[in-house]
Amino acid sequence: MNIVIAGAAETDELGKLPHMSTAQLHLQAARNALADAGMTKDDIDGVATVGVPGPIQIAHALGIAPAWLDGTGVGGSSFLFHVRHAAAAIRAGLCTTVLITHGESGRSRVGAPRPALGPDSLIGQFEMPYGVLGPPTMFTLTALRYMKETGLTHEQLAEVAVAQRRWAHRNPRAMFQDLITVEDVLASRMVAYPFHLLECCLVTDGGGALIVTSEERARRSPVHLLGSGESAESPIISQMEDFTTSAAFRRSGEAAFAEAGIAHDDVDHLMIYDAFAHVPIYGLEDLGFVKRGEAGPFIAEGHTSPGGRLPLNTNGGGLSYTHTGMYGMFAIQESVRQLRGEAAAQVPDVEISVVLGNGGMFASAATLVLSNHRP
Amino acid sequence: MTASPKPVPKPTPETQPFWDGTAEGVLRIQRCRACARHYFYPRPACPRCGSDDVAWVTASGRATLYSYVINHRPAPGFEQDGPYAIAVVELEEGVRMMTNIVGVEITPENLPLDMELRVVFEQRGDVRVPLFEPAGGPTR
Repeated sequence: MNIVIAGAAETDELGKLPHMSTAQLHLQAARNALADAGMTKDDIDGVATVGVPGPIQIAHALGIAPAWLDGTGVGGSSFLFHVRHAAAAIRAGLCTTVLITHGESGRSRVGAPRPALGPDSLIGQFEMPYGVLGPPTMFTLTALRYMKETGLTHEQLAEVAVAQRRWAHRNPRAMFQDLITVEDVLASRMVAYPFHLLECCLVTDGGGALIVTSEERARRSPVHLLGSGESAESPIISQMEDFTTSAAFRRSGEAAFAEAGIAHDDVDHLMIYDAFAHVPIYGLEDLGFVKRGEAGPFIAEGHTSPGGRLPLNTNGGGLSYTHTGMYGMFAIQESVRQLRGEAAAQVPDVEISVVLGNGGMFASAATLVLSNHRP
Repeated sequence: MTASPKPVPKPTPETQPFWDGTAEGVLRIQRCRACARHYFYPRPACPRCGSDDVAWVTASGRATLYSYVINHRPAPGFEQDGPYAIAVVELEEGVRMMTNIVGVEITPENLPLDMELRVVFEQRGDVRVPLFEPAGGPTR
């Protein structure tokens, strides 16, 4: 059975949306995705989502009587997991058509209680006592070790933000669109050395939704799921086995490429979750597109920029487009747009797109191989 | 006991021996007798070989600097510290843990990776947390 993404849409607006609650962001994205798919809520018999308000409320608010629910919550990669799990559920006959929603009032925090991490939790005992303050002080911790072992320079790290801004410059929906230079990045405020403000993702409000079903149920030209993979590593960054490579990235990527039966040369377009500038560097290497230590120079030489041979994060990414907190949904959305030929910064002739999602701080990962052709 | 403005860890049954150790001024970690390797954070069985033949041992307190950031946006309780180093150190026994680097002016030049460190302890409420300073002693 061929599994497809039959509908995909984001909220009408992204950015600063204090007039919308978290639930509203989910529901607007869901309705937009249903309209995109040419479906109604009565076509949906499976619901997957992460965070608040959860799959029960999403299904109930939309008037869906679900036969299958998935609340897998493993961070910003969760939506890639949902696609993979939905594919398995549909193939197993548990349901026929799954709605996956994301909404997050990451910036305005409307109807979005912050998760409580108690002093007796793992992170509460072994990381919070040292003054960590969210992802900018944890996700970033691996970078100096990577730089020492591979020779990545501060300028090359800054080039990641510069390259992605070139894509955002072509995308009217991107939050930041003005072109920037390495000098601009290195002159921006230091957040957590070696990371400057422009090497850290945005914090925005927004949402997105997907409809996953079997090919015969799709009502518009679908995007095919050729392969997928998922994995996890350490729940806290300090216990990641090797600070220069993500085991979860590697394992999920290997599984997805193997199922899809593709080689790296087959990939026309790539999305790598970019909460911080070093993450696409790890992703390029851990997915096997370049060898260890080569990703920084590869990006700096323009190969991932417009006109380059491996277009990467073509919406501008979490660094320039949007980042609600769980960015993975937006990475999938951009792959779907590129495969449909509908992206703002459209890459010519995209037939295969790969999406790598990260959850937590290199804690979980999932990879999707998508195509506008049948497997 | 004075209240700490900085976060105070709350021990759980499986971590209590670690925090009992820091209260006594020693760093205790677990060692698997079956595969003869140390591990951290506290868990009931060896994460490598699965054996539950594990014991608490006292680490030497010597470590090297594995990686770090210098945080410029202080967490609650750290406002008076100026930019501070959130670090991951590798103990001589091979396990890593997060900590802060103290006893040295916090600049990239003063904190080359792999520099040698030694453990010190800081009182936080009822608990003492392990911090690390240059192996040769504080330089400020």
